[in-house]
Amino acid sequence: MKILVAVKRVIDYNVQIRVKEDNSGIVTDNVKMSTNPPDDNAIEEAVKIKESGKATEVVAITVGEEKAQETVRKALAVGADRGIHVKANGILEPLAVSKILKIIVEKEKPDLVFMGKQAIDDDCNQTGQMLSALLNWPQATFASKIEVKDNKLEVTREIDEGLETIEINTPAIVTCDLRLNEPRYASLPNIMKAKKKPIEELLASDLGVDITPRLEQIKVEEPPKRKAGIKVANVAELVQKLKNEAKVI
Amino acid sequence: MSRESMEYDVVIIGGGPSGLSTAIKIKQLDPNLNVCLLEKASEIGAHILSGNVFETRALDELFPNWKELNSPIKTKVTKEKFLFLGKNKSLSWPTWLLPSVQQNHNNYIISLANLCRWLAEQAEALGVEIFPGFPASEVLYNEDGSVKGVATQDMGIDKEGKKKDSFEPGIELLGKVTVFAEGCRGHLGKQLIQKFDLDKGKDPQQYGIGFKEIWEVNEKNHEEGLVMHTAGWPLDNSTYGGSFMYHAENKQVFLGYVIGLDYKNPHLSPYDEFQRFKTHPAIKKIIEGGKRISYGARALIEGGFQSLPKMFMPGALLIGCDAGTLNMPKIKGSHTAMKSGIIAAETIVEHFKENKELSVFESKLKASWLYKELYEARNVKPSFSWGLILGIIFTGIDQILFRGKLPFTLKHKHADHETLKPANQMPKIDYPKYDNVITFDKTSSVYLTGTNHADNQPVHLKLKDPNLPINYTLEKFNEPAQLYCPAGVYEVQKENDINKFVINSQNCIHCKTCDIKEPSQNITWVTPEGSGGPRYGNM
Repeated sequence: MKILVAVKRVIDYNVQIRVKEDNSGIVTDNVKMSTNPPDDNAIEEAVKIKESGKATEVVAITVGEEKAQETVRKALAVGADRGIHVKANGILEPLAVSKILKIIVEKEKPDLVFMGKQAIDDDCNQTGQMLSALLNWPQATFASKIEVKDNKLEVTREIDEGLETIEINTPAIVTCDLRLNEPRYASLPNIMKAKKKPIEELLASDLGVDITPRLEQIKVEEPPKRKAGIKVANVAELVQKLKNEAKVI
Repeated sequence: MSRESMEYDVVIIGGGPSGLSTAIKIKQLDPNLNVCLLEKASEIGAHILSGNVFETRALDELFPNWKELNSPIKTKVTKEKFLFLGKNKSLSWPTWLLPSVQQNHNNYIISLANLCRWLAEQAEALGVEIFPGFPASEVLYNEDGSVKGVATQDMGIDKEGKKKDSFEPGIELLGKVTVFAEGCRGHLGKQLIQKFDLDKGKDPQQYGIGFKEIWEVNEKNHEEGLVMHTAGWPLDNSTYGGSFMYHAENKQVFLGYVIGLDYKNPHLSPYDEFQRFKTHPAIKKIIEGGKRISYGARALIEGGFQSLPKMFMPGALLIGCDAGTLNMPKIKGSHTAMKSGIIAAETIVEHFKENKELSVFESKLKASWLYKELYEARNVKPSFSWGLILGIIFTGIDQILFRGKLPFTLKHKHADHETLKPANQMPKIDYPKYDNVITFDKTSSVYLTGTNHADNQPVHLKLKDPNLPINYTLEKFNEPAQLYCPAGVYEVQKENDINKFVINSQNCIHCKTCDIKEPSQNITWVTPEGSGGPRYGNM
């Protein structure tokens, strides 16, 4: 069994995001970037499945600019066998990425495609679902537990009401939740070994996919600042303020 | 448990200007040597904080063609100002009356973090293996006592010291030569200085704490290339310090404050002095209407020549501000750190090629401009122990008339942890409230640093005696850790009338001030799990 795992390079989750002064986007120059956190869970799960003997190969793929290759290299350092980097510059919308992934899936013929449930930069939560539609494959989203059975997967999903367990046929798409596992650290010797693992480089433009954005981003703004709280003297005042000022009761 | 090990010709600890210059120069001189470089930050540059007005002298030696290599050195200094501040007034000092070491017209306003990122790219292109996110936590020794290399930190240990599922043991990195370039108060450098008695016969090292904020200011207040320094208010005559304000590109202003850690009053809060400084009319008018986008702090070396330890030992070299090569009157340490790295590289290559001892480092250092610079600068900082005014008068004589050639050397008499007076003998300082426009509390400042440490790991600020803060330091010195820490790591909390010393180690921005200033040297800074600490952008 072969697992393809899609990873994305995003601004590190610890960095305080800053909006550009002209509201055209966010500042990315000299900002620490790293792998989208739930994508780390996706890689970890694929590697675990391989270690348990149920998969034979883990292939990591990213779509993006030159430096996005770092995320593939990191995936190789924690156990992926080889990588694919589809080079593309500029804004990449989920539909463009899923169309590229579809072409790669048709070429690589994996049994499973894993990825994070959403990217922490645009929060779209669409690529997995769109890929599933394009391939007409079953999907399990927000996975917090995955059990591999013969030609089937039992997946526990994080949903608003609690947990939902479903069974789907393979080949399938699974998008991973942060609760799925604890990603391992890349050790120094494994980082060294990863430098020697192969990464196939392709150009998005050669794959015949139109990646032109379909959405126009008009404006990016910071969320309004939270106002300082006040202290109330008693319950009556609190009720009065909730009624008349906050207008919530 | 035995650890895996990897062998290199040269292992370098620290990806700052000195370590990176060593790595680059070695590869330029002998591409066949294997060089690896460890950095505790999540990426090169993320733990770098500096003013910075950059003198290119060492870079010119390293890359004579750096201007063609798309380096991040772009903003030439075009104008200089020096102000003496009173509470509401300011007096401009003509720059031609400043000692030549304080004149900057050939220098550039840069982000040192970005320069390091660029140097790392050059180093990698030359074949240096750079490993960010891997702190060296332990020095390894050969049987004959010489340095054998370092071990990296174990990853995935919980608060109780137990292994988590994600546990990953540290690795031994063995170098034929190991170069320690951790920056000011490196925790391994500190151990080496002690073990090999490197500071024998030297004055105690002197430190300062430096703060920096980056502001995006209104176009009308921005003058790209302007360098301004101030002395005086809000500090009193007996406290050593001053400010910098550098107008960089993209309407950014690098605003900072440095205070000597030999201050005496335990009620002094370096952080609040900096915040208060920004409310001075001469400063406020520039940043008003602008936006603070970054904050950070880092200890720096001020001891200079008299305090510079021996920089070689069996199997290893100690370079940059891990030893202490900053030139205090110049307020610059990047070019000197880089030069010490270049000298280290030349020493190492001769060691391999011609079998020379590492001790040739010393004669090379003595023959270099770095040594001459530090020698001529040596009397400035100690003269300020007589106060700001006498210090300035003496510095004028020493630097302008005699150009650092006076036939005597003033001494640094005390280590910084010895200078605090008991709290009840010193005046309390009433700092103004933060207005959240010009001045800010520590919590929102630390937020801007992007600091994070993986949860549930052992506290990396070790107390030799856990009871000392409450039983002794609180009563005698009002536990000054609450004030000197620029990140709010230390708190004394009262619970049911019992005082408790709390260490919020996840806030730590790796400045090392506690390790320096704690009056009983009760706090030891050790490396937390790799990638922890701040994520500075263009600091």
